[in-house]
Amino acid sequence: MPVEPLPAAAGLGGSVQVRHVDAGSCNGCEIELGQAFSPVYDAERHGVRLVASPRHADVLTVTGPVTVNMAGPLRKTYEAMPEPRLVVAVGDCARDCGMFAGGYGVHGPVATVVPVDLQVPGCPPEPAAIVSALRRLSGR
Amino acid sequence: MSAAWIMAVAQAVLVAAVAPLLVGFTRAVRARLEGRAGGRLVQPWRDLGKQLRKEPLIPADAGMFFTAAPAVLMATSVLVATAAPYLSTRGPLSAGVDLIVVVGLLLLGTAALALAGLDTGTAFGGMGASREMTIAALVEPTLLLSVFALSTRVGSTNLGAIVAAGVSDQARILTPASALAAAALAIATLAEAGRLPVDNPATHLELTMVHEAMVLEYSGRDLALVEWASAMRLTILLGLLANLFVPWGVATSLHPGSVALAAVVFLGKLGVLGGLLAVGEVFAAKLRLFRVPELLAGSFVLGLLAVITSAVLA
Repeated sequence: MPVEPLPAAAGLGGSVQVRHVDAGSCNGCEIELGQAFSPVYDAERHGVRLVASPRHADVLTVTGPVTVNMAGPLRKTYEAMPEPRLVVAVGDCARDCGMFAGGYGVHGPVATVVPVDLQVPGCPPEPAAIVSALRRLSGR
Repeated sequence: MSAAWIMAVAQAVLVAAVAPLLVGFTRAVRARLEGRAGGRLVQPWRDLGKQLRKEPLIPADAGMFFTAAPAVLMATSVLVATAAPYLSTRGPLSAGVDLIVVVGLLLLGTAALALAGLDTGTAFGGMGASREMTIAALVEPTLLLSVFALSTRVGSTNLGAIVAAGVSDQARILTPASALAAAALAIATLAEAGRLPVDNPATHLELTMVHEAMVLEYSGRDLALVEWASAMRLTILLGLLANLFVPWGVATSLHPGSVALAAVVFLGKLGVLGGLLAVGEVFAAKLRLFRVPELLAGSFVLGLLAVITSAVLA
């Protein structure tokens, strides 16, 4: 099934290395994200790989409403990534804080801290939705 | 440019071009055995191409060791890939390609990367560097000893001479000493190339990293050089293992036909060894770090037994 490639990701040339940051999520999205790289959904066959360092990454996936304590580390992670870099907000909380909107420890959605290039809706989003978003970046 | 140099350059280009494909092949075999489709064979080349286009970032506290290490690592890998007897034993540098030179060059690359890991000033970089040096100190003697077992028979530590002797007198390859030495060198190769059970190249858990921990701070072009050179080191070591113990097919002249045949046989041997490596890694778990010295001491004893056996039986 072909996907519509994101123009901003054209420079990546079919290779996407992902660094994940949990900015205050309930870990529901992490379970689905883990499934996206499991043998069932296997994002690796689309040229997507998880890496251990933001220095190695092209794409930052962020989950959860950004909490006050995680706003700084999230910004630092983004700044540690080499250009060109893209950010994917995974889940409803990352898009608009979801059910945690207005909480005393919540700083705001991901877009208030780092520029977001792609959003994956859902609470939590299905692994297939995450894989198809990542495929729009790898173009494969 | 003489025929010998053309062969040597072709050999270096072949090793450099095949190394990422070998990594892709081991990943593909692994993925199939795990019940996944996995990435394409050329995916490591795509990754390298993209990283070469990205900007390299230098951490604020890093100095010249950090910036120099990728070039040093790549240079040593290219030099060994040019000089070692992979296609023909009659290379332009064959008089100087001593076993000790090759092991020394590989160690120079290891040491450069370990210094770079320390140079970043991060906790994980220093931890990876100290672990890498611990492992290197145990691996290098085994690398030397296991090949000494072969050189006692030939009377030379020159790799070309050892391989040429193996090609001309194939019956002498199949000895107990060779079997012991091959086992020792295989374990040393796994450790030196940072594969399971000594190091897990696919890990994301910083506390279990060895090689990965040292390169956490590299990005863009520098990262591409480090990953490419690491893939070349795996190819170099597997190629040495193949050509020292299964020297069939290696050309003893510079005739284009026999060199081309040697290239095909070399790729076949790499494919088989890479496949075996991937199959082994699916079924192996990483050893606890404190048990790695036991494994490496065991491989050293195998190497020592190989030397004694070849000296006694010779």
